[in-house]
Amino acid sequence: MAAKDALGRRGEELAAAYLAEHGLVVLDRNWRCRLGELDIVCTDTRRLVVCEVKTRSSTRFGLPAEAVDARKAHRIRQLAGAWLAAHHVPWVEVRYDVLAVLVEPGAPVRVHHYEAAF
Amino acid sequence: MGLARTWSVALHGVAGHLVEIESDVGGGLPGIHLVGLPDAALHESKDRVKAAVVNSGWQWPNERIVLALSPAMLRKAGSGFDLALACAVLAADGILPQSALNGSVLLGELALDGRLRPIRGVLPCLLAARAAGAERVVVPAAALGEASLVDGLAVFGAASLTDVLRWLAGEAELARPGPRPNPVDDAAPADLADVVGQHDARHACEIAAAGGHHVLLVGPPGTGKTMLAQRFVGLLPRLDAAGALDLASIRSAAGRLPGAGVLSTVPPLIAPHHSTSMAALIGGGSGLARPGAVSLAHRGVLFLDEAPEWAPHLLDALRTPLEDGAVRLSRAEGTVEYPARFQLVLAANPCPCAPAHDRDCVCPSLVRRRYLGRLSGPLLDRVDLRARMLPITTLATVAEPWESTAQVRGRVIGARAAAAARWAGHGWATNAEVPGPVLRTRFALPAGVVRPLDSALRAGEITARGADRALRVAWTLADLAGRDRPDRELVETALFFRDRRAA
Repeated sequence: MAAKDALGRRGEELAAAYLAEHGLVVLDRNWRCRLGELDIVCTDTRRLVVCEVKTRSSTRFGLPAEAVDARKAHRIRQLAGAWLAAHHVPWVEVRYDVLAVLVEPGAPVRVHHYEAAF
Repeated sequence: MGLARTWSVALHGVAGHLVEIESDVGGGLPGIHLVGLPDAALHESKDRVKAAVVNSGWQWPNERIVLALSPAMLRKAGSGFDLALACAVLAADGILPQSALNGSVLLGELALDGRLRPIRGVLPCLLAARAAGAERVVVPAAALGEASLVDGLAVFGAASLTDVLRWLAGEAELARPGPRPNPVDDAAPADLADVVGQHDARHACEIAAAGGHHVLLVGPPGTGKTMLAQRFVGLLPRLDAAGALDLASIRSAAGRLPGAGVLSTVPPLIAPHHSTSMAALIGGGSGLARPGAVSLAHRGVLFLDEAPEWAPHLLDALRTPLEDGAVRLSRAEGTVEYPARFQLVLAANPCPCAPAHDRDCVCPSLVRRRYLGRLSGPLLDRVDLRARMLPITTLATVAEPWESTAQVRGRVIGARAAAAARWAGHGWATNAEVPGPVLRTRFALPAGVVRPLDSALRAGEITARGADRALRVAWTLADLAGRDRPDRELVETALFFRDRRAA
């Protein structure tokens, strides 16, 4: 496994733990279809929360959350629709969150949760 | 997360509008959203402001930032909002208290390292801020001189973003403008005594200066047309405070105000070359038009040397400002109006070959006619005085020297005072500004006095506008002669100076 994939994997683990800690129920992880992959799908029991996890090991190339642009947001929206269809879920409110995980060597891990980011 | 407000000024021509900048930080992915009709330069300020804040050692909030410029309908241009935007973001992030910002107007462009750069049009911005009731204004330190021209407003000059933030936090003081420098006497313009002879032309210039009329000087080369025109400004009285501030606002909007902060009361002399473009003459530029030569000559003299060499469309473009005293320029981002109440001085040779003595002219009559014909009828109709300059026959110094600027200026100022006293209740300062109908009704002259005008009108020698203009000149002649109203002789003199055969 390449180093960047390992970092992403670790970030997703940390994000899932963070979400569970904050009372969200994780329903699915790394769900794939031909459109791409959803990192974490969870729920706060009222609505579906689709999370994009972005992990970086330094801010030299910008903050993790800055990497989520309009194109990525659009793809995640499409994926969420595909996930709902695949799981035969009727209409439900969906919230899109971004979890920015910063894993800097020699520093505590920082997770920033942008609720309803887009 | 938070909300904050700052204030700045949007410049629209020479008129400023107070702009409220609201900043909302939080609730989404990091990014800056600037709303409220910003132009390209203002859109770029997002990146400038962020870099300046970070390089000044402050934390940029990693959240969604919405910056709203209100009134949202008004188009906002330029880089002068940077400082206000930076403070709005920092205040919304909780670094600055909102209370420190209330009542302050912030102007200035930020460099990426946080230095505050000067902007164009500080003076009209300050006038707008004062009119809108602002208490304090922060300007780039380089603009303090210009800012000292405005009274009744606490102006502060800052060199960098850090200076401003420390001042807002009450930790440091900012520079204040020095005492307003007295209007300096710019190098005295050349003296009228230098011009040899030319009695008629001198007289025409005196009348023009006294009444605010336009002049055309025609004569062979080397007779002193240009000399006379350059000395014309010296005959005009100094500008009053309002006029000087008007002119300074125009210069500031054109980015031509010298940084020294000296409010010049010398009437301007603008003498563009005949290859000037329409945009430089009238005003123009992309987006929102900038003032041109006619506005920079506001309350002064616009001198067009070698008038027949000017492209006809340029000369004819002067017709509207000559009549209205202002130019309205419409561009993609809106219409602006610049004041342009200037006195036109035209100089021309009588023909292309222009020998010292007119009798030696070798031009065919058609060429001669065509040469001065380039000055269109409608333009010449607006020129009140035409003077022919005669070839100089002797350079020998006459026993009595020619009249100096000071002598003529004394008479001009006296005549202007008489005119101003007469029109004081009506809001006009010079005879040239008085509308024709008023001269024909409330200040009508007896039928016997205006008979020369009637006969000239009947003979088709002048137009109705020409008759009005001759009347105004007659009033000026009366002012110069110290009479309370023109008589028939003065009306005839006015008509003599209008005579097209002179040109």
